[in-house]
Amino acid sequence: MAERSFKREVEHLRMGAGESFTGEGILAITKALLENGVGYVGGYQGAPISHLMDVLADAEGLLGELGVRFEANASEAAAAAMLAASVHYPIRGAVTFKGSVGVNVASDALANLASSGVNGGALIIVGEDYGEGSSIMQERSHAFAMKSQFWLLDPRPNLPSIVKAVGDGFELSEASNTPVMLMVRIRSCHVTGSFDCRDNQRPPLTVREALSNPQRDFSRVVLPPMSYRHEQDKIDNRWPAAEKFIRDKGLNEVFGPDTARIGIVCQGGMYNGVIRALQRLGLADIHGDSEVPIYCLNVTYPLVQGEFEAFADGKDGVLVVEEGQPEFIEQGLSTVLLRAGSKVRLHGKDMLPMAGEYTGQVMLDGITAFLREHAPGLLPGQVRAPNEPAPEIPDLSQTVPIRPPGFCTGCPERPIFAAMKLVEEELGTHQITGDIGCHLFASLPPFEIGGSTMGYGLGPASNAAFDGGGERRAISFLGDGGFWHNGLSSSIGNMVFNQSDSVAVIVDNYYSAATGGQDVLSSRAANPTKTTQQPIAAALRGVGVKWVRQIDHTYDVGKMRDTIREALTTEVTGPKVIVASSECMLNRQRREKPLRNAAIKGGSRVEVPRFGVDADICTGDHACIRLSGCPSLSLKRLDDPLRDDPIAHIDQSCVGCGNCGEVADAAVLCPSFYRADVVHNPKGVERWWQALSARFIGWLQARRAARRLEFPEVAQ
Amino acid sequence: MTVQQALAPRQPDAKLGTIIKLAVMAVGGQGGGVLTNWIEAVARAQGYACQATSVAGVAQRTGATIYYIEMAPMGARAPVFSLAPAAGDVDILIAAEMMEAGRAIMRGFVTPDRTTLIASTHRALAVSEKMAPGDGIASSEEVRAAAELAADRLVLFDMDDMAAANGSVISSSLFGALAGSGALPFPRAAFEDAIRASGKGVEASLRAFGAAYERAQNGAAEPAGAGEKPVRAVTNTPHGPQRLLEKWEALASRARALPGPVPAMALHGLRKVVGFQDVEYGAEYMDRLEGIAALDDAAQGHELSLEAAKYIANAMAYDDVIRVADLKTRAARFARIRAEMGAGDRPVALTEFMHPRAEEIAGLLPAGIGARIEASPKWMARLDRWFNRGRRVRTHRPGSFLMLYVLGGLRGYRRRTLRHRHEQAHLDRWLTAVRQAVARDYVLGVELLRCRRLIKGYSDTHARGLSKFDRVMQGAEMLRGREDAAQWVARLREAALQDEKGEALEGALQTVRSFV
Repeated sequence: MAERSFKREVEHLRMGAGESFTGEGILAITKALLENGVGYVGGYQGAPISHLMDVLADAEGLLGELGVRFEANASEAAAAAMLAASVHYPIRGAVTFKGSVGVNVASDALANLASSGVNGGALIIVGEDYGEGSSIMQERSHAFAMKSQFWLLDPRPNLPSIVKAVGDGFELSEASNTPVMLMVRIRSCHVTGSFDCRDNQRPPLTVREALSNPQRDFSRVVLPPMSYRHEQDKIDNRWPAAEKFIRDKGLNEVFGPDTARIGIVCQGGMYNGVIRALQRLGLADIHGDSEVPIYCLNVTYPLVQGEFEAFADGKDGVLVVEEGQPEFIEQGLSTVLLRAGSKVRLHGKDMLPMAGEYTGQVMLDGITAFLREHAPGLLPGQVRAPNEPAPEIPDLSQTVPIRPPGFCTGCPERPIFAAMKLVEEELGTHQITGDIGCHLFASLPPFEIGGSTMGYGLGPASNAAFDGGGERRAISFLGDGGFWHNGLSSSIGNMVFNQSDSVAVIVDNYYSAATGGQDVLSSRAANPTKTTQQPIAAALRGVGVKWVRQIDHTYDVGKMRDTIREALTTEVTGPKVIVASSECMLNRQRREKPLRNAAIKGGSRVEVPRFGVDADICTGDHACIRLSGCPSLSLKRLDDPLRDDPIAHIDQSCVGCGNCGEVADAAVLCPSFYRADVVHNPKGVERWWQALSARFIGWLQARRAARRLEFPEVAQ
Repeated sequence: MTVQQALAPRQPDAKLGTIIKLAVMAVGGQGGGVLTNWIEAVARAQGYACQATSVAGVAQRTGATIYYIEMAPMGARAPVFSLAPAAGDVDILIAAEMMEAGRAIMRGFVTPDRTTLIASTHRALAVSEKMAPGDGIASSEEVRAAAELAADRLVLFDMDDMAAANGSVISSSLFGALAGSGALPFPRAAFEDAIRASGKGVEASLRAFGAAYERAQNGAAEPAGAGEKPVRAVTNTPHGPQRLLEKWEALASRARALPGPVPAMALHGLRKVVGFQDVEYGAEYMDRLEGIAALDDAAQGHELSLEAAKYIANAMAYDDVIRVADLKTRAARFARIRAEMGAGDRPVALTEFMHPRAEEIAGLLPAGIGARIEASPKWMARLDRWFNRGRRVRTHRPGSFLMLYVLGGLRGYRRRTLRHRHEQAHLDRWLTAVRQAVARDYVLGVELLRCRRLIKGYSDTHARGLSKFDRVMQGAEMLRGREDAAQWVARLREAALQDEKGEALEGALQTVRSFV
């Protein structure tokens, strides 16, 4: 069950011709797939295309009606491999994952797919995780298209263009027997807008029907000598076919006047940013009608030589707006101009930054620099000679704290890392590697645990050099998502085979949590369309791990600490693996809170726990926060001039996970924490006993109060 | 250089001015997505073309996140909107937290020529602010001052508190403040329709919306940092038996007789030590304070006495087992917890997390025996074996309550404990050092008093605080006789508060060693 449900939105996917769809880019892509008669879809979740997977999962009913097969693939490699169905069969298939890391994982399958070539349209929808909000290394998926020679679409970021690109992509793929990658950037995935629907199409040949009539074509197998022929085929046939299709169908667009001395070439995804800069310079109107000609590359690979030559013809200068590095497109276009002996001056990374997102300001600066060089008369007077000094606004860079993502309130991973920190205080610092997933937040303050992340499921593998052991064992962390993605073979299998002496901790929160709570093999809940409840510990034993410890309640910090210590100090040889399991609190609350509220309303006895801090006992040293970082554990100032420092305070958002109390106990911090369980709808005997206890306690309290001076407090 | 005119300049499209650009800066989990959906719904219902984008991803996990919306009256052709806010080009900036408002200003999204800044003054503290052993909370005042300069219009109040007071979440009050600000050309009813159409928690959302709408309409801004309002205040007027009240009054008049601004602080101090022990202990406090006050200098604004009034009280009211047990069993605490948890008349079960160590047990013993046990590793190990483990005390149960109650009642015996002896000795050493310093260097004396701030926490944390205190005092010793001694002691203290392990302090001490 994903964090966000699209059940309501999925109904929009049934819309037909004459209706207008309004919503998010991701949903528009799903709708476009159905309109284009896709036969099978799959993928692996990850920002920014997680929602695409969630929509597909929620739409399984509709997909079934249309005869479309949906797979939540085990990894991006598995997803890309699934496109093999389009190699031999004339069936359209689409898979989705994130770029560039997902593309990295998929690259083996993608290269083979590209070599084989396809009969049915094969579309790879990549959510390019680049720029603000990205959670990965900053690279471009573009390089993969170039090295394997499949085609790359980068449509303008509005719903009609994105939807059109899906159809264009399938047709281009079929026209050139080449897989096509459709790239959508973070903001495009979540951009909202409208487009006119068409009717959904059943695939002309469904995968079920194809199974009844198996096909194979030896010439598509990647083995010598066919693989040599594939390479020649790419250059001699597929590429020219693609260029022809792109030109004939007008996939790339030209805007603005036909005759001008300057022009801009941009990736489709950069179009809106370019227009905004031109709008701000008074060179484009609200509809995007520009004074400066724009050659918009909705297909960024391959480049269509003739098209570009025609655009550049007669111009003095052309600016290439290409986000990210290296500047593949600019290099390609330079080669075109050079070979043609053209005198057109090509600009790009000399006026725009080589690295980083092209934000509004960057785009404005770059285009202004280009115009200043080639058409200064076009610039508004204010830009040519700014006269009004900007007002002096105080520098807040020393004031405003950074706010990186972190563990959520009540996260079951927090106590694991609190325990790890306690163990390190005892045994010294260790060599620790992390993996991809929420648990990587442990590398940030307050935990600062783990120094590297090499890839999904590769946490333990990235400690392999230290597997021989030493004075202190190496430790690695791996999530349940990473474990099933790649970790079981690449990391755990590797440890067993190489007789590793290291320790691996598998952080099992029952979901692929960081990507939005999708189910994995070991998820605890029953899933009507997927097989779950496959224990990680059984898989570990299955591949030969002898020392396995299963912890089913990570909030027990003491036990967590003792288990990690045991793994680090035991005489047992071979890999030591701890499976630390507790449910992701976001998902748990989403599931349990409505049930609990209903139970309270229905009159059932329910205990609602929450933690608190005694303000008088807390001394404001914040040691508890350094072992937690929980959003609900914050600070408050006391209205007491005797106190210098703010004290710890737990706010309403506390879910009563218990970490605070456990940590205070295990780390011997302080006695300020308490847990208060409010009992809703107590039953008769309990109510009677509670009243009696309260009377006894009240009597004692009054007795003491009468014999000494007490200073009443005033609540504010 | 003469450059050929490539194209003729023209007037900017007047319609561009009709695009409204709105950015929402929030902390992940605050419901920025809900707010964005509402704003979109209003705009579309009012005949606007509207586009929203967001950067979700892991930034949502309590990190800073941003949503961006553009809208313009719908024409025959669709406008081209940008997908990201640009510096100097934002009309409305909604900040769902005070430091996020600061971040928006830093990024240039708030400019005096155009931006309406709608920001909630409450604080969601970043981990870096909470971690510091001292006071690491960023200054909301600075952000407010910058906001006043940077924004064209400013709507600033605690929208989180307002939402909570109306049983809703901040997205509702932000939406209300947006509607009330008049920055969008839509009527109130249109905003309310959007809430109704979303169909979840409608009544509460509308209440919070309405409250924020009124507030934004009235335009009254409240001071920044109002979101950090203190939990509660304590009075210095006691209740109790007449005999004790008379004694208190005698002590209070001694406190009131102190010069200048000192009495107020002295009364607070007196309240603390009397609450900690008894009126006789209050008299000891006054003796010590008056002793220091005698050395004071009116020309220096009685700073020495002020700091003495504060820190002597803190030193005398140390955190021992008896105090913790006493505080945990008071009626006021029980009432406070009921109120905080919103328990009403429902039963509340309480669990305390306690973890006594041998040190605490030895400290509780009579000084003579305690000292002998403390000196014996064998006995300390034995005590640890017997006592050192986490104890969950269920204070709502008569038995457990009684145990803590009895412990808390040991106040009469406290003066004979080992812990008390340690504390007294430490206090005397410290005050002697202060007195010696004042004789030569008044400001140094004040700074040495302030160093008491370093001692806090329990167990290891307390030990670490003590060690930091000792190291700063040693540093002061090294600096004796130097003109800048006081400044350096202040610097050492600030360094000691920066991190837990005292690395910054060690660095500062190295510097001191290098020049003395």
